[in-house]
Amino acid sequence: MERTTLDLWVGAFVVAGIAALVVLAMKVGNLGTYNVSDTYQLQAYFTNIGGLKPKASIKSAGVLVGRVTGITLDTERYEAKVTMSIDKRYRFPKDTFANILTSGLLGEQYIGLQPGGDDAMLKNGDEMKHTQSAMVLEDLIGKFMYSKAAENGSK
Amino acid sequence: MSSQALVEIRDVNFAYDNRPILKGINMTFPRGKLIAIMGLSGCGKTTILRHISGVLKPTRGYVKVDGQVMHELSQDNLYRMRRKMGMLFQFGALFTDMTVYDNVAFQMREHTDLPEDIIRDLVMMKLHAVGLYGTQDLMPAELSGGMARRVALARTVALDPMLIMYDEPFAGLDPISLTVVGNLIRRLNNALGATSVLVTHDVQESLKVVDYVYFVSNGAIIAEGTADEIRASDEAFVRQFVHGEMDGPIPFHYPDGDYNKDLNLRA
Amino acid sequence: MPVIKNLRSIGHRTVNAVWRLGFATRFFLMTLFYSGPSFRRFHLTIREMFFTGVMSLIIILVAGTFVGMVLGLQGYETLKRYGSESALGSLVALSLVRELGPVLAALLFASRAGSAMTAEIGLMKATEQISAMEIMAVNPIARVVAPRFWAGVISMPLLSALFSALGVFGGYVVGVVMIGVDEGSFWSQMQAAVDFQHDIMNGVIKSVVFGVAVTVISLFEGYDAPPTAEGVSGATTRTVVESSLAILILDFILTAFMFRGD
Repeated sequence: MERTTLDLWVGAFVVAGIAALVVLAMKVGNLGTYNVSDTYQLQAYFTNIGGLKPKASIKSAGVLVGRVTGITLDTERYEAKVTMSIDKRYRFPKDTFANILTSGLLGEQYIGLQPGGDDAMLKNGDEMKHTQSAMVLEDLIGKFMYSKAAENGSK
Repeated sequence: MSSQALVEIRDVNFAYDNRPILKGINMTFPRGKLIAIMGLSGCGKTTILRHISGVLKPTRGYVKVDGQVMHELSQDNLYRMRRKMGMLFQFGALFTDMTVYDNVAFQMREHTDLPEDIIRDLVMMKLHAVGLYGTQDLMPAELSGGMARRVALARTVALDPMLIMYDEPFAGLDPISLTVVGNLIRRLNNALGATSVLVTHDVQESLKVVDYVYFVSNGAIIAEGTADEIRASDEAFVRQFVHGEMDGPIPFHYPDGDYNKDLNLRA
Repeated sequence: MPVIKNLRSIGHRTVNAVWRLGFATRFFLMTLFYSGPSFRRFHLTIREMFFTGVMSLIIILVAGTFVGMVLGLQGYETLKRYGSESALGSLVALSLVRELGPVLAALLFASRAGSAMTAEIGLMKATEQISAMEIMAVNPIARVVAPRFWAGVISMPLLSALFSALGVFGGYVVGVVMIGVDEGSFWSQMQAAVDFQHDIMNGVIKSVVFGVAVTVISLFEGYDAPPTAEGVSGATTRTVVESSLAILILDFILTAFMFRGD
């Protein structure tokens, strides 16, 4: 076969392969929706993170605004320290609430941000003071049983 | 005499896993001559060629080509030496994924920086020399056995080597191709001023074209001489070989086992 | 003494296998060492990319589409039981980019291109083309083996990406167009679940590793094949068997490293 025809085919193949990779990245993956480079970091302490994992999404009013980048145990406070990177486009007030929520009954856990009314905004490296830990199903059931028992006892 | 010789083989011994293949081979190939190494299949002829091209190292002795001991050359020097050699393989060994043109041009492209139009002229000249001008766009599979052998010959002499080795160039050729290839070998040798080694068991055809013959049997030289001397030789082995007699020093029967005993015959 | 005989044959096979592994390693290192011409004269590699990559396109594209369609059907049937049909997109995409794309593309590549490489090199050796090259002072590793190796290593991730992309398309056709899963949630769930670095890049890394493994096995088997008809056919079979096992074992090891703990 002529070398030019051959080159043409191989060129088309490489272009198609790279195009497939780009489609995977932009359309299938999260590269198109969420740009990693333009972010700022925030921290928050939780007494219990439940099943939260690195790369879990951070949403505010249901909109994806960032991702959890790291989870460590702070041995001074014995609390979970969660670092998250938030899209630069979205700023939040100082008194924003960070809650660990579950999507659906059995779905993945994510962090929901509930903005407060403070005028000062959170900056890179700041800590969110107001947090609410994950609902752990066992605790929830335990509480329910306890309150039922208390109700019965008071009657 | 030996100082002008292109190839000197001195007391070369070679063994595969303690099985001796060559035993004390001595040969001298003067420049410009066409030399034949003859013998039965499996007698070690091809092994000698592999020593000359430096593929194998002798267990004792040495092979000198153009004054240099082959098995002492470094990889780079060995490759440099091999550029001055050509080898025609038994069935041509043409590259089956390339056209005739690309086959002949192969070494020119690998070893020289010649521009493509000069390569083209050279390829056409080589193809013309073997009488196959016009076949350049064919694939090796489209050639007959004799034509493939001639293309391989053109490829072998592409860089005008000083030493050309032929490994069974006549194997499987029809009588006409046989004569054509035989004559080409002689003509190319004269035209290029090269030295040629012909490994063959085709006695009649090669005796017509060669200058000197070595007979090898069981890894040792048992007879040597010019073509006329060989024809006139009355040594039993040479006679059997040259005239193709069925029984002689080389027995018809495999030399092991007692056939009569196997059949339960009592002698 | 059949016991001793068996023991001896096991020992012999073991020694032989170790010897071959060493030889294959040396072969691989030599291929890397003599890779210069594959890039300096890149048309050598381009030519092999045509035979390994372009010629494998049809099987990869068709297989990818159908695997994606099957994933769409099966995934829908399973997810429907839990009322989470909207997660179909993430199921199809994750299984393709993490596992099925690299693994199935590599398996198909091994049987389509790998076996062809083995047979070609084995026949080149049987017909003395390799020896002829060596006598012509051309290193066959540099001229024949290395361009094929690089062509395979470059083609494999591209083929695997095409497989995954076509698979997602197949899943989309079945899930959204035919079954009627909501298009918006199909894509958004997918994009929320598939991480570029974690999932897609790890899939690409997998396919590069598979590409190296398959081409080295194919080229080595061809180069090591006895120069006979049975020798070459045996080597071709071994290529497919060894490549398939290597892909699956490597996949387990890589998965254990990449997706451990989350």
